[in-house]
Amino acid sequence: MHTRLKTTIISILIFACVVGLWEAAVVINKVPPYIVPAPSRIFQALVNGLGSGLYWRHIAVTMTEVVGGFAVGLTMALILGMAIALSPRVETYFYPYIIMFQSMPKVALAPVLVIWFGLGITSKIVNVALISFFPILVNTIVGLRSVDPDRINLMRSLGASKWQIFKMLRLPNALPFIVAGVEVGIIMSLLGAIVAEFVGAEAGLGMLIQSMNNTLDVAGQFSILIILSVIGLSLSKIAGFIGDRLLFWDPSRKMKTRTAKH
Amino acid sequence: MHSSPSGTKSAATADEAIGIDNLSRRFGAVENPVIALDRVSLSIKEGEFISIVGPSGCGKTTLLRLLGGLDKPTEGRATLRGETIVGPRRDVGIVFQNPVLFPWRTVLENVLLPIDVQRLGRQKYLAAAHDLIAMAGLKGFENRYPAELSGGMQQRVGLIRALVHEPAMLLMDEPFGALDALTRENMNLELQRIWLERRRTVVFITHSISEAIFLGDRVLVMTPRPGKVSAELRIDLPRPRELSIMSTPEFGSYSQQIRELLNAKGGID
Repeated sequence: MHTRLKTTIISILIFACVVGLWEAAVVINKVPPYIVPAPSRIFQALVNGLGSGLYWRHIAVTMTEVVGGFAVGLTMALILGMAIALSPRVETYFYPYIIMFQSMPKVALAPVLVIWFGLGITSKIVNVALISFFPILVNTIVGLRSVDPDRINLMRSLGASKWQIFKMLRLPNALPFIVAGVEVGIIMSLLGAIVAEFVGAEAGLGMLIQSMNNTLDVAGQFSILIILSVIGLSLSKIAGFIGDRLLFWDPSRKMKTRTAKH
Repeated sequence: MHSSPSGTKSAATADEAIGIDNLSRRFGAVENPVIALDRVSLSIKEGEFISIVGPSGCGKTTLLRLLGGLDKPTEGRATLRGETIVGPRRDVGIVFQNPVLFPWRTVLENVLLPIDVQRLGRQKYLAAAHDLIAMAGLKGFENRYPAELSGGMQQRVGLIRALVHEPAMLLMDEPFGALDALTRENMNLELQRIWLERRRTVVFITHSISEAIFLGDRVLVMTPRPGKVSAELRIDLPRPRELSIMSTPEFGSYSQQIRELLNAKGGID
């Protein structure tokens, strides 16, 4: 406990030093704020943006795109992943295209998606869904397949049906893989939303960054980067938390607190 | 002492648990097959403990898979209580070389797996499961997860899981092969105790000659290429057997005989 406190204090001090040096360097060298803004200006922009409610509106838009697109991507990935893992026929038909799509950078589709689905929220949701879809899909397939043959033999020897083997063995066995895919997918979702907004949007944090760039409001852009970091960190923390709950039995996740159940 | 395997055909006597009649299993091409099991015939009595010892590739695991209904014979047939085995049967318990526990299930839930799969109703078997857990020395670990147990404890869970649905026959494929020597001896004692209490018919496969003699009523010696039962030895040692029995001259002589039988055919690996 004592050492943890010490580490925290030291890392805060390092942060304070960096910010202090940055501030001093900008002030002493009279760097114009449209090149590198001082931390105090960035903080000011953050407070103003949040205080006026402007940022919140755009946060809401971007978050809707991320959560909505991710939910679509996750659902599709789970359904198609199960179909492919369980049916050799579905695999032969779909797998070559999946491999092809997977090696393509999905953000390159963003301009076309804007043409197809417009400047509104729909094109962003589609882009986010596409981006989060693949890591989850691939992990679902691998997870459902990588079952220890002895475990299958055990289930078969007990007279288990295919459905029972799926429900009681394959699915829980795939869960660590799926959770790992989700943890990657959720972060990529944020990336997908921002890139799609860069291409063309009516609202959202990515669109806000673009319009601030046009007015040389660099401090404002930095303040949005801070918001994006906080969002990204929160999303991965939430995914990690849910993962820990689902995989309470997985020693590799090292759950620190295992409360006695039953 | 040893005779050729008794070819009792399928004239199932009243107390016959398992009948194996001219059982063969070949793999691969028809012209040049790998003969994993070559015309094996034997009869196992109700409540008998049969040890099968032999080197890798002698077909012992193939035989076990056929008895468990996990594989189909190329020729011949095996019967359990008079019925031909055509697929996995619910009245057979299998113990594998590894414990094969589900890490997302607690000890109790792992033991209850056969009950869940066969929809027998957890409530009815809860008391039996707790009895088995106590018998295996796992009291207090009911709600632990497999990752929290030692290797020996995990294997004991695998063992009692095979017993919970009261199977007529227990098939064990080198169940203690992955354990250290000391744990292994303890597990042998434990298995004997459980067997004496419950008297299931057991087919026990092992690499270890002393383990085979210590546990078995009979020891079948299998030899490879093609896999067949080349000899059979009745073990006339009083039960319950203590570990010290392994240093008696009788035990030594059984051990010697088996070793000679195996060496004559290329030895154990």
